[in-house]
Amino acid sequence: MTPERERRGAQLVAKYPNAQSALIPFLQACQEEDGYVSGDAIRDAAELTGITPAEVESIASFYSLLFKEPVGKHVIQVCRTLSCMLRGADELRDHARMRLGLANGETSADGRFTYEEVECLAACDRAPCLQHNLEFHYDVTPEDFDRQLERWRAEEPAVTMPAE
Amino acid sequence: MAAFEPVLTKGIGELDLADIDVYKQHGGFSALEKALKEMTPEAIVGEVSASNLRGRGGAGFPTGKKWSFLPKDGRPRYLVCNCDEAEPGTFKDHMLLRLTPFAIIEGLIISAYAINASHVVMYIRGEFLEGYRIFKRALAAASAAGYLGKDIMGSGFTMELILHRGAGAYICGEETAMLESIEGKRGEPRLKPPFPANAGLYGMPTVVNNVETLCCVPHIINRGAGWFSAIGPPKCPGPKIISVSGNVANPGNYEIPMGISARELLEEYAGGLLPGRRLKAIQPGGGSSAAIFEEDLNVGIDFDSLAAKKTMLGSGGFVVMDDRTCLVRASQTLVRFFEHESCGQCTPCREGGQWVARMVGRLEAGEGSVNDLRVLGVINNTITGTNLCPLGDSIMPFLSSVLRRFPEEFAAHVQQAGCPFQKAPEFSAA
Repeated sequence: MTPERERRGAQLVAKYPNAQSALIPFLQACQEEDGYVSGDAIRDAAELTGITPAEVESIASFYSLLFKEPVGKHVIQVCRTLSCMLRGADELRDHARMRLGLANGETSADGRFTYEEVECLAACDRAPCLQHNLEFHYDVTPEDFDRQLERWRAEEPAVTMPAE
Repeated sequence: MAAFEPVLTKGIGELDLADIDVYKQHGGFSALEKALKEMTPEAIVGEVSASNLRGRGGAGFPTGKKWSFLPKDGRPRYLVCNCDEAEPGTFKDHMLLRLTPFAIIEGLIISAYAINASHVVMYIRGEFLEGYRIFKRALAAASAAGYLGKDIMGSGFTMELILHRGAGAYICGEETAMLESIEGKRGEPRLKPPFPANAGLYGMPTVVNNVETLCCVPHIINRGAGWFSAIGPPKCPGPKIISVSGNVANPGNYEIPMGISARELLEEYAGGLLPGRRLKAIQPGGGSSAAIFEEDLNVGIDFDSLAAKKTMLGSGGFVVMDDRTCLVRASQTLVRFFEHESCGQCTPCREGGQWVARMVGRLEAGEGSVNDLRVLGVINNTITGTNLCPLGDSIMPFLSSVLRRFPEEFAAHVQQAGCPFQKAPEFSAA
């Protein structure tokens, strides 16, 4: 474990009555740094919390915001559940897939973009909605999407999935 | 009855209630002061019990009763605030978190004092990063003002709060799955009993309360149980935030007195349908609830009236579908949601969800058969009521209700070998 990671891990463990409670926050911190939950992160988390790497992997696999493989610098998550569907999520989905040239769950070959269709984001009054690196965008028309995409293409975000 | 005055959403949209000074200028923390300085914990539990406040997270369990189940055996107690809102069509807690975080903090401290819990965990859905950051700032401000930590406001009551961020899993909104998740495990619901009141977080006595439930508590302290219980039906009273979405003129969160009709909510609050449209179906209580229809619009929006209609108030997500909606497609969307979110422990939920998703997917794609329709009509009996937690029981209610009400629409998908709405979006109901 790197000293920085060890320090962050110790801080998180100190926050809880039980070391394993720090597991998910620790993996979030590792993901912020590495862009995903790497093999090193799994081993470090096991060491930190006193469970086996296999258990860590099983737990990490349960949560949709912990990525087990490298994702793009830009993670675009389009809501596909009912309230968004009723207000144009299908059109937004088709448009986003076409513009990005990606299917659900895919990352672009250049490693810049990951596209996902996700479940209800609790922003149903401003449907259809999406998240870009966990930041909300509301009432997204295909034209809005294109404008945003242009901006994202020009940007190099420092962090994709912030831990905090 | 006196005119209804919103309290939970008061000032939202007009004031910056995420600023502690603004919150205090508008009466914030006055209930906390009253609770800590003038009331015993028992008196608060008594007041909340007498108010008939029922949990706003979905199950509608009486809050005072939940609090009174805690054993008096001297073990440390935990209070967990459930801010993992993810029920399709529900977005009220997300709003409260972002726009009035101190109301949650005030409700949390009073409730923790009432049940003598010195340890509080605030569990915030992973997707709510912005809300998490707002709440974190609010906590720092509340802490600096002496509302958290040791000997709060000279009362002798000490409370530490742990802020915990989820990592993406609808099921963690189920209370025992949430406890597992806080313990750093997969969010799989526990077999009950034992209930969290006896063996909750880290095996200790625990209460899990929803954000909106906790936000009701300061108002009950300030205005009294009598005020609260006089709003709406006596057995499920109070102000309630309903999240209205879908095909309405003005989607949004509306604070209503419990018990107004679905018609009043739809027409007076949400501005009705869009011009020229007809109502087809409404989910009154989020993605897990059975639909109500045009003929049901006089039903009261409260726990008991909706239960009498074989549906539920649930978390208060009111999703409106007009005559352009294909109910097979709508069912497919919801069944896929539950299929995706099943934790996989219970066979009827894990396998049933997949089978139903495949069948409805076939129907929508024009590859369904008469046999699929027959199976969809009876499969409810083998999925619902056979799982550890309510997720499995949420797969079928909407689908079953719309299949019963609009069988011809499902049949048309088989007869025409495709979705009629994709060819002719102008569907005329009935």
